Amino acid sequence: MSSRSVFLARSQPMRLVIALPFLWLGVFFLLPLGLVLGIALGTNSPDSVPPVELGVDLASFRLLFTDDLYLAAWLSSLRIAAISTAVTLLLGYPMAYAIARAAPRRRPLLLMLVMLPFWTSFLIRIYAWMGLLSENGILNQVLRGSGLVADPGTILGTEWAIYLGIVYAYLPFMVLPLYAALEKLDWSLLEAASDLGARPSTAFLTVTLPLSLPGIVAGCLLVFIPAVGEFVIPDLLGGTQTLMIGKVLWDEFFTNSDWPLASAVAICLLVLLVGPILLFQRQQQRSLERRS
Amino acid sequence: MRLGLLACLLALAAGPAFAQKQVNVYNWSDYIAEDQLKAFTQQTGIKVNYTTYDSNEILDAKLRAGRSGYDVVVPTASPFLVRQLAAKLYQPLDKAKLKNLGNLDPKIMAALAKYDPGNAHAIPWMWGTIGIGYNVPEIRKRMINAPVDSLAMIFDPAIVSRFVDCGVMILDSPTDVFPAALKYLMLDPDSKNPEDLEKAAAVIKAIRPFIRKFHSSEYINALAGGDICLAFGFSGDVLQARERAAAAAEPRDIAYAIPNQGAMLWIDTAAIPKDALNPDAALRFLDFMMEPKVAAASSTLTRYANANVPATALLDKSISGNPWIYPPEGNRARLYTISAADAEQVRIRTRLWTAIKTGR
Repeated sequence: MSSRSVFLARSQPMRLVIALPFLWLGVFFLLPLGLVLGIALGTNSPDSVPPVELGVDLASFRLLFTDDLYLAAWLSSLRIAAISTAVTLLLGYPMAYAIARAAPRRRPLLLMLVMLPFWTSFLIRIYAWMGLLSENGILNQVLRGSGLVADPGTILGTEWAIYLGIVYAYLPFMVLPLYAALEKLDWSLLEAASDLGARPSTAFLTVTLPLSLPGIVAGCLLVFIPAVGEFVIPDLLGGTQTLMIGKVLWDEFFTNSDWPLASAVAICLLVLLVGPILLFQRQQQRSLERRS
Repeated sequence: MRLGLLACLLALAAGPAFAQKQVNVYNWSDYIAEDQLKAFTQQTGIKVNYTTYDSNEILDAKLRAGRSGYDVVVPTASPFLVRQLAAKLYQPLDKAKLKNLGNLDPKIMAALAKYDPGNAHAIPWMWGTIGIGYNVPEIRKRMINAPVDSLAMIFDPAIVSRFVDCGVMILDSPTDVFPAALKYLMLDPDSKNPEDLEKAAAVIKAIRPFIRKFHSSEYINALAGGDICLAFGFSGDVLQARERAAAAAEPRDIAYAIPNQGAMLWIDTAAIPKDALNPDAALRFLDFMMEPKVAAASSTLTRYANANVPATALLDKSISGNPWIYPPEGNRARLYTISAADAEQVRIRTRLWTAIKTGR
């Protein structure tokens, strides 16, 4: 049954309950998105308030494709987000696995520890990393004091610091969906695999990993999507040489006060991210249908 | 019934406009002595809602979005105030209500009138220069005869490369750094000609490998904490770093130099947005800012010169007699100001700046 016929089959009050989230999305997602699209199609007009003249002008979009700055910034953002997501997955999977296999009475405490950093403001945590990683920061003081490294160099202001910041900040978003997937896993399947002669590595690759795939996908999307548009972490921890789409957008909006171009960057970013996700989802749906 | 509700909502929305008992001030961080805000409330009974920002761009975007809700804001005269005046974002000042207007320095007022004809919309608050901040012993250790008061210190690769190991930072602001690079090339610092900007960009690209970071405020802590030894930044910020470095557990000697080729003079102004809800309270606040004791207390905090003539007598000699804050007449002749660029020129400059910073 399609979602439309489900909707029509519901009773009146039920329909209202279902309509509420759609109304919410309409007002707080579609309407603002429409405004951004409207601004993107307008022209820059510095002497009016707001500095946009509405119309249908594709000049802003054309500039996005003629100046290689935007493509380079987008590719660089994708690369940084992809590497960060991969590292977060490699760190998050063992953590989620360990929590899922821990004694049930310990799990709440372990999950609590994963979420504990959220109790401190995100900005304060990133500033704390600045204090740790700077030239005369705590890390370098320890390295120098231990006599192991005479001149440890500085991590702050490099691309390494950006990876560190993103992996640190987004790790809980990877661990929690992975845990949710692994916790539901029927561990007797692994015993069956072992009884049939599979080595632990084979059992993991053929049983655990495929069954936790929805968790992997959810975790990766939750990390990858915000990481592509991340602005605060590269601005505070990174150096000036790293080009990212968030910074380009900031420059267009604040330095150039060119709202149409800034909006065009935002729209393109959205289309380029949503497109592959929709394709992926359709494929998932198809493989599910085939299985059933 | 419905009409009644609407009327209630309208009354709520318009409420603060009738009350006249508060003023919403949006200022740079650490830019007014905050005990003076209490004095203002005691004097006038007007509550001050005080919020701060750290870049002209943030203020600019809020004003351009409309209905910012602020009554007093503090934009830099050029290129920000002048561009905002073109967009008619400010209301003219009712000078009859500004009885302290006579305290202001006529020279600064004349410089400001270039951007705001007849000083109709804005009063000058603080002014300063952009120059070279350095750690004296660290620079000497690496280059005994370093030309600390020349732009060559920043823009000559053979010189700036000597300080790469102790750290160099430059303002992350094309409007502040391009004029200096143009001046170093003996071109017009106010040039908007793309060819001139390309030449200036080539100069900055050549020193790019020796710059640790482009940032507009981090150099204060970095200079004070010994993380860097050379910075191209705002006079008052370098002097704040100097104070902190001198008071540190391991004291460091930080100095400032106005480049002998010339330095940019900037003026920050106070103005009232056109859609301010409390324009009368805003005028009283501006008048209060022009009281000598308020300007003097704020200069003591910020280490920037104020535009208030009688305030000079109230300042400690270490501030009013400091050539880095109040440059002597000879040096003041070398200071230059810049004009605003149009949207296309701004785009070219920002694009060049991004190319420089990312090394592309």
